[in-house]
Amino acid sequence: MFRYILRRLLQMVLAFFGTTLIVYALTFAGQGDPIQALAGERPVTPAQRAYLTEKYHLDATGVGGFFYRYFDYVKNLLQGNLGESLTGRSIGEILEQAWPVTVQLALIALAVAIIFGVTAGVLAGIRRASIFDNSTLVLTLLVLGIPTIVLAPLAQYFLGVKWAIFPPTAGSDPTFYALLLPGIVLGSLSLATALRLTRASVAENLRADYVRTARSKGLVKRRIVVVHVLRNSLIPVVTFLGVELGNLMSGAIITEGVFNIPGVGFNLFRGIRTEDGPLVVGIVSVLVVVYLVSNLVVDVLYAVLDPRIRYE
Amino acid sequence: MTVQPTPASATPEGGHLLELRDLHVEFRTNEGVARVINGVSYHLDAGETLAVLGESGSGKSVTAQAIMGILDSPPAFIRSGQILYQGQDLLTRSEEQRRQVRGKEIAMIFQDALSALNPVFPVGWQIGETLRQRAGLSRADARSRAIELMDLVKIPGAAKRIGDYPHQFSGGMRQRVMIAMALALDPKVLIADEPTTALDVTVQAQIMDLLADLRRELNMAMILITHDLGVVAGVADRIAVMYAGRIVEHADVRSLYKAPAHPYTKGLLESIPRLDVRGQELSTIKGLPPNLMRIPSGCPFHPRCPYVQQVCVDEVPHDLVLGDGRTSACHFAQEVRDDSVAR
Repeated sequence: MFRYILRRLLQMVLAFFGTTLIVYALTFAGQGDPIQALAGERPVTPAQRAYLTEKYHLDATGVGGFFYRYFDYVKNLLQGNLGESLTGRSIGEILEQAWPVTVQLALIALAVAIIFGVTAGVLAGIRRASIFDNSTLVLTLLVLGIPTIVLAPLAQYFLGVKWAIFPPTAGSDPTFYALLLPGIVLGSLSLATALRLTRASVAENLRADYVRTARSKGLVKRRIVVVHVLRNSLIPVVTFLGVELGNLMSGAIITEGVFNIPGVGFNLFRGIRTEDGPLVVGIVSVLVVVYLVSNLVVDVLYAVLDPRIRYE
Repeated sequence: MTVQPTPASATPEGGHLLELRDLHVEFRTNEGVARVINGVSYHLDAGETLAVLGESGSGKSVTAQAIMGILDSPPAFIRSGQILYQGQDLLTRSEEQRRQVRGKEIAMIFQDALSALNPVFPVGWQIGETLRQRAGLSRADARSRAIELMDLVKIPGAAKRIGDYPHQFSGGMRQRVMIAMALALDPKVLIADEPTTALDVTVQAQIMDLLADLRRELNMAMILITHDLGVVAGVADRIAVMYAGRIVEHADVRSLYKAPAHPYTKGLLESIPRLDVRGQELSTIKGLPPNLMRIPSGCPFHPRCPYVQQVCVDEVPHDLVLGDGRTSACHFAQEVRDDSVAR
């Protein structure tokens, strides 16, 4: 196990450099005149041009220049310096403000998925083909069928504006309450998937041979379901939720955009829209690390939950 | 586990330890109703071994699961009949009362121990669970008792292996774990449902020997379900042969092997490869077991039977008593037996 984790960590180093290089190249390599891009429509004076050329090491050109700037960027990154956005703000500071919001949002979404999705999935799996099972099937298909870009504004309009149960937007420095509705919207997709997955897993495990054995031991039904069936059924569900948490942590561009939540996704989207290369690359670099780490945690968790899985 | 002769009072005067009377089970599916068990009657006395023999789908496992009360319903429904344990009909008991019987009075081991054991719990935990939940043992007591049980079924290094998971054992050792688990509560009846089918031939013999030894030592009664005639010979006292959800022949092992009195049993015996007869083609029973949704009229074996006459198509044969407790559900039982003797 230890060797496996070590090997995975080494692989993560490669994956990290690979992805940052690609993102860096996609953002910067194609730019004709980055200084003019920065200035937009306004004219650039020679003095300004000289200053910016110096600042961003634009004097070196071609492929050599690109790698020179990339390694310069990585060097700063390894020292924990994410650089500045084109607006002059420290990207580290932007993320420091955005992360807690996104993490809160992600945890709300995950809690919604676990509390409602897994519970309903277990019940639907036990009562296969019941009214409850069939109605959850219809509801989850509906949720899975509606894209967030539709669901989020609908929820905002009805629950936020019309019936005014929740605040319609979050704004800067949002409260937990203000994040609740966006969290539910964000979590509804994970909820639907978790429900389907749990239901299928429980239904399958209820038919397993070891359940028949447990019954022939004379155990009470409740114990058979809670101890034997659930312990097996939740292995794929926990794995899914782990990966899902990684996804949620990287921010939700649409949900954060609709509800005006200053999270990671919101900032990333703004960076893309304003062609703020350093901001985009900075955020994506951090997201890559978050994603890689959460995937590693899921893989390790999987081995802990299922004794048949042993990483060599 | 104390070895003591089962007192005669364990069963009511003249009664059997376990007795099935005219059991009917059907499976209700979307495609129709499959009549899986059609009037099975057999009995088991304390300390004896009954082998239930038959092809896949003949209903032998379903009968066992009906005794245990672990049939999945739906699709399975017990239409009629009685399952008498110590003179009391289990089918009239509440689910809670039946649960009390499971494991403690009647225990069962299954064919494929790998899937029959829970993959995510250590074997010691699974053996101990029965003791903790049913006998109220403490965690520590259950653990030491589990080691004793694993020793009893001759798992080497039991104390060291108690924390291992099912997948870390070989097939034979897994089946021993299964047996240890079934023996945890000192059952009076052990139902072994094809306990050696998933195993290598050499391991099969070891497991059968172990079961026979344990049955003797612990003075249990055993129902051995199998499709393998070779497995039966050394272990069983009596044999009940099943076909299409019926007992077609019932006899003690010796006389059944010597002179089968049902064409189906005769066919089964003749289809065993013999080392002393060379160069002959292996004889088989022609045709396939019937579709249980459309069981043939009269004797269900008639489409495959070499002795078939018009009466076989028209009339269901009743159990013909042949003496010495033998019965055969064949219109021509006498002829078949005489044929077998003459051969």
